[in-house]
Amino acid sequence: MNKILRVDMTSLSTTTEPVPKEWACLGGRALTSTIVAKEVKPTCHPLGADNKLVFAPGLLSGTTAANSGRFSAGAKSPLTGTIKESNAGGLAAQMFGRLGIKALIIEGLPAGDNWYSLHVNKDGVSVAVETELIGQGNFAVVEALEKRLGKKTGVLTIGPAGEMKLLAANISVKDSDSKLRSHGRGGLGAVMGSKRIKFISIDDRDAPGIKPVDKETFTAAARVFAKALLEHPGTGQGLPTFGTAEMVNIVNEAGGLPTRNFTYGRYEGHEKISGETMRETIIERGGKPRHGCQPGCIIQCSQVYNDKNGTYVTSGFEYETIETLGANACLGDLDQIAAADYIMDDIGIDSIETSVAIGVAMEAGVLPFGDGEGVLRILREEIGRGTPLGRIIGNGTGNVGKAYGVTRVPVVKNQAIPAYDPRAIKGIGITYATSTMGADHTMGYAVATNLMGVGGGIVDPLKKDGQVELSRHLQIATVMLDSLGLCLFIGFPAADIPTCVPALMDMLNACFGLKLTPDWLGELGVTTLKTERAFNLAAGFTNKDDRLPDFFREPLVPHNAVWDFTDEEIDAFWNF
Amino acid sequence: MNVTVKLFATFRFGRFAAATRHYPPSTSIGEVIRELQIPDTEISMIMVNGRHAAPDQQLRDGDSLAFFPLVAGG
Repeated sequence: MNKILRVDMTSLSTTTEPVPKEWACLGGRALTSTIVAKEVKPTCHPLGADNKLVFAPGLLSGTTAANSGRFSAGAKSPLTGTIKESNAGGLAAQMFGRLGIKALIIEGLPAGDNWYSLHVNKDGVSVAVETELIGQGNFAVVEALEKRLGKKTGVLTIGPAGEMKLLAANISVKDSDSKLRSHGRGGLGAVMGSKRIKFISIDDRDAPGIKPVDKETFTAAARVFAKALLEHPGTGQGLPTFGTAEMVNIVNEAGGLPTRNFTYGRYEGHEKISGETMRETIIERGGKPRHGCQPGCIIQCSQVYNDKNGTYVTSGFEYETIETLGANACLGDLDQIAAADYIMDDIGIDSIETSVAIGVAMEAGVLPFGDGEGVLRILREEIGRGTPLGRIIGNGTGNVGKAYGVTRVPVVKNQAIPAYDPRAIKGIGITYATSTMGADHTMGYAVATNLMGVGGGIVDPLKKDGQVELSRHLQIATVMLDSLGLCLFIGFPAADIPTCVPALMDMLNACFGLKLTPDWLGELGVTTLKTERAFNLAAGFTNKDDRLPDFFREPLVPHNAVWDFTDEEIDAFWNF
Repeated sequence: MNVTVKLFATFRFGRFAAATRHYPPSTSIGEVIRELQIPDTEISMIMVNGRHAAPDQQLRDGDSLAFFPLVAGG
């Protein structure tokens, strides 16, 4: 990958630049965070002219390495005010990788009311005025662009939520079935909307591709790597069989399943929304229980979910969406949750932030807990149309709490806490508190170690012992995965199967003719986390922002678990 | 004594989801595992009343016992 594309939306001009030497070994999150930290003023308004939106494929994206097609998007987040990296599957990362594009940097703001699109191909990037697709949902955008530019066109798009600059707006990425994957968290769709870019189309015809320097070694290492993924029971068996919704029953049993806006740790209707039930339902209706979010995925934790008539409803139907609507908002109905998931994808809004926000709105009495039809109506008619209520909910959980005077508001740095109660699964609570991104389970997924012992044995979820160290270790390791373009779930075989990490290093070195070591990769994780933290401190954040809301001091049934870390214990996270 | 036994994910295939079963007093978790013919190596998490437990733990009347294979991601 040998070029950086830069778009200045103020002058509507574009340039292609060589890759600076210090960025040569960076990709994905390490690169987006490095660029944002270097080029964006930490105190700037996230929707103003000084913020930049950066896209970068992982270092291995575009190669034949399994599960290496994650695409990173970075900026200063309008939801949290922190630095942000959010990554997604779909086609874009591999197309960028094959085109030799290390990063796309979008800066400035256009004057006037025009909307624009960007087009990326082997010659660089261009800007055009867009009129036809403004106001359209993401599925309509993808369909129209395939007609306009060809079936194989890659697409990054924002829906009405992004156009309205709602703080929970996401950026959608077209996948190989012409459906959507999302850069979900942190409101990056609002940043794209602020720059008045409706979509970015990608044409990778005549792309140079990535030719490994040592093809033989690369291919051999890629085989060992793929074998490790298939050998691990989590990635080889559990995820492809039940999807991520497999977590519903586990987290419920452990007493950490957020229920009724984080009031209880178990939900009586858990079986109705479980991975086991979802699998049976999908098979019965002729859907697909296994499906990949990116070409070359061999885990296949996604699925295609059909309605009772066998008609497609949604794919990429994730545990966090299912849990936060199913148990936390008490919908208890997979069909309603699937319908909601589709609408959220179409209007382009983060399904975690929005679902948790709906839980708070339910506590406020805006609609009753369990009112699935009410949820669908709010998504379609309020958020989708930008009514005042829609904007309150679409601006995220914290804003719903403020608007209605609710005190049980599950956020850290104004970003919603997803589907694991930190009182009963304490390791993930440390990740929520300390992550540079605001509450985000994917930044250091301690759940797998707390509950299932992935990575060397169970760290008791109900005790404080070892949680800070666990979260630190996982947050560093996660940066490595996010920077190589690898799916987060590679973390499981990487932790448990001894051949996995050496194969990963062999692939990297054989591909680029380097001599990198696992220590180098670990250092990349440490440096990136510190770069992100420094950005946040310069933006005005302090240790006091690394805290969970007060209400987590209230006991959570069934274990009466409380969040009992002291400030000093949490702050020790940064001692590295 | 009565123990509620709950099986999850692939452990349900060819077995059951949840059942109340009768055992002699002091039955250990390991004995239940052998009775259900679940290979030891496939079990990644055992919970009794929502807390982690080991195979040598003895069960009590009214316990809720749950077995999970390794399913690790959300």
